[in-house]
Amino acid sequence: MRTSLLDACRDHLGLTGSKKGCDHGQCGACTMLVNGRRINSCLTLAVMHEGDEVTTIEGLGGPANLHPMQEAFLHHDGFQCGYCTPGQIVSAVGMLGEVSDGWPSHATDDVKDGASLSLDEIRERMSGNLCRCSAYPNIVDAIETASTKMKETA
Amino acid sequence: MRPFEYARAGNVSEAGALAGRFIAGGTNLLDLMKLEVETPEKLVDITRLPLREIEETADGGLRIGALVTNSDLAAEPRIRRDYEVLSRALLAGASGQLRNKATTGGNLLQRTRCSYFYETSQPCNKREPGSGCGAIGGFNRIHAILGTSDKCIATHPSDMAVAMRLLDAVVETQKADGSSREIPVAEFYRLPGETPQIETVLDQGELITAVRLPKPLQGEHRYRKVRDRASYAFALVSVAAVVRMDGGRIADARLAFGGLAHMPWRDAAVEQALVGQEPTMANFDKAADILLAEAKGQGENDFKIPLARRTLKAVLADATKGA
Ligand SMILES: Cc1cc2nc3c(=O)[nH]c(=O)nc-3n(C[C@H](O)[C@H](O)[C@H](O)COP(=O)(O)OP(=O)(O)OC[C@H]3O[C@@H](n4cnc5c(N)ncnc54)[C@H](O)[C@@H]3O)c2cc1C
Ligand code: SF4
Ligand code: FES
Ligand code: FES
Repeated sequence: MRTSLLDACRDHLGLTGSKKGCDHGQCGACTMLVNGRRINSCLTLAVMHEGDEVTTIEGLGGPANLHPMQEAFLHHDGFQCGYCTPGQIVSAVGMLGEVSDGWPSHATDDVKDGASLSLDEIRERMSGNLCRCSAYPNIVDAIETASTKMKETA
Repeated sequence: MRPFEYARAGNVSEAGALAGRFIAGGTNLLDLMKLEVETPEKLVDITRLPLREIEETADGGLRIGALVTNSDLAAEPRIRRDYEVLSRALLAGASGQLRNKATTGGNLLQRTRCSYFYETSQPCNKREPGSGCGAIGGFNRIHAILGTSDKCIATHPSDMAVAMRLLDAVVETQKADGSSREIPVAEFYRLPGETPQIETVLDQGELITAVRLPKPLQGEHRYRKVRDRASYAFALVSVAAVVRMDGGRIADARLAFGGLAHMPWRDAAVEQALVGQEPTMANFDKAADILLAEAKGQGENDFKIPLARRTLKAVLADATKGA
């Protein structure tokens, strides 16, 4: 009953790609997509997600079939130790979904307008994912590359 | 985390009767349960209740279901167009992941970020009535300057609630006995006084079902949040404003403040002082004088008094600059 969605995936289903950084919603290492939306899996109970569709980093792609976001992180060296990386990648994929749905952010000049994806927008929208190695510049570049690529192939 | 029972509420009328602590997004409650600051014996999961609609009301406002997420509310086209101050306040809070989970009801009821409240080895009258207040005379950089008591100087951390206060939102609830009532946000929160553990006027088992917004306010909408990082940090001071100009003078000014008190702060005298005035720095200073007349620093948070003044003046200058 007390099992978080994160612990259920890591300890019971063997899906150890999602990481536990803080266990308190402060770092984003545990980010998963639930019904397509990104959330912190450490701050929710597995039992509350009966019937929901949950996507972890493993579900986005593996070594043989990398997701464009995973490819872009490799290409741009969007990590150092790699601990925050699964959360960064899943969060970035969720974030691009929010942008294509037209969601504004704190960095949006006029919230009445639709959303765009400047570098400032990427930084603001990704602020829920911390990187202790401070690989931020390459993370932002990777997300920009992937977003262009995903638009081309969409 | 302490063990607890779990029940899922199937309909609104049974939720209160299940006699447990409601859980919605869980982003505040589970955080506090892991630290054993909160130790409910039973959780009532309300996330399957049909409270996710945003609908128009007969008087031209909107009714927001208690389970509408902070993300969905901020992105809702009618909120962005007619209640921009609310959209802005929501987007200034937490992170993308948290806003996707956090709900309208849960956000109103989130608890203070006072570090003594979070640390169970420390005294805290809010967590353990009678144990004392660690923050008075201790680390109190983030604490309140208005409406404090000698029992508690905590702030309410919500950005959304500040905008709701400005907009004169009304909370709709259902009590455990099935009866319902409406509570203006203005009357929803309590000052700490002698009982800082009691934060709102809600009864045990009373479920928030919706938050209602009156019809939109004309004017320039602003939400300015001052914090230690540019993103993903709680407010030290925040100012929500809707200001309407007419013929070079302020025709209407609504102001609400975060980070200053145990509740979103609003002071009718501050607004009254601005109505009919020209938008000059001298007039903004007079409004700040009224706001801060009773302000009291606790040491580390003394800076909030001048910071609140500067932030208020900057927001008023920005909101009136086109006139
Ligand atoms: C790292 C971090 C950063 C954050 N930064 C910010 C920030 O900058 N600004 C900000 O405003 N907030 C911030 N938050 C707080 C966040 O906004 C709240 O945690 C969230 O809004 C709570 O909503 P919830 O649905 O998850 O509530 P829950 O955790 O589910 O519940 C909170 C409380 O409300 C009660 N409750 C919930 N729904 C109802 C209902 N319908 N009726 C009656 N009672 C109910 C619960 O019993 C509980 O007591 C942050 C949180 C974290 C973890
Ligand atoms: S300020 Fe309030 S919440 Fe913080 S230690 Fe004192 S009593 Fe507790
Ligand atoms: S482990 Fe979930 S946010 Fe840090
Ligand atoms: S790569 Fe090490 S924490 Fe981000």
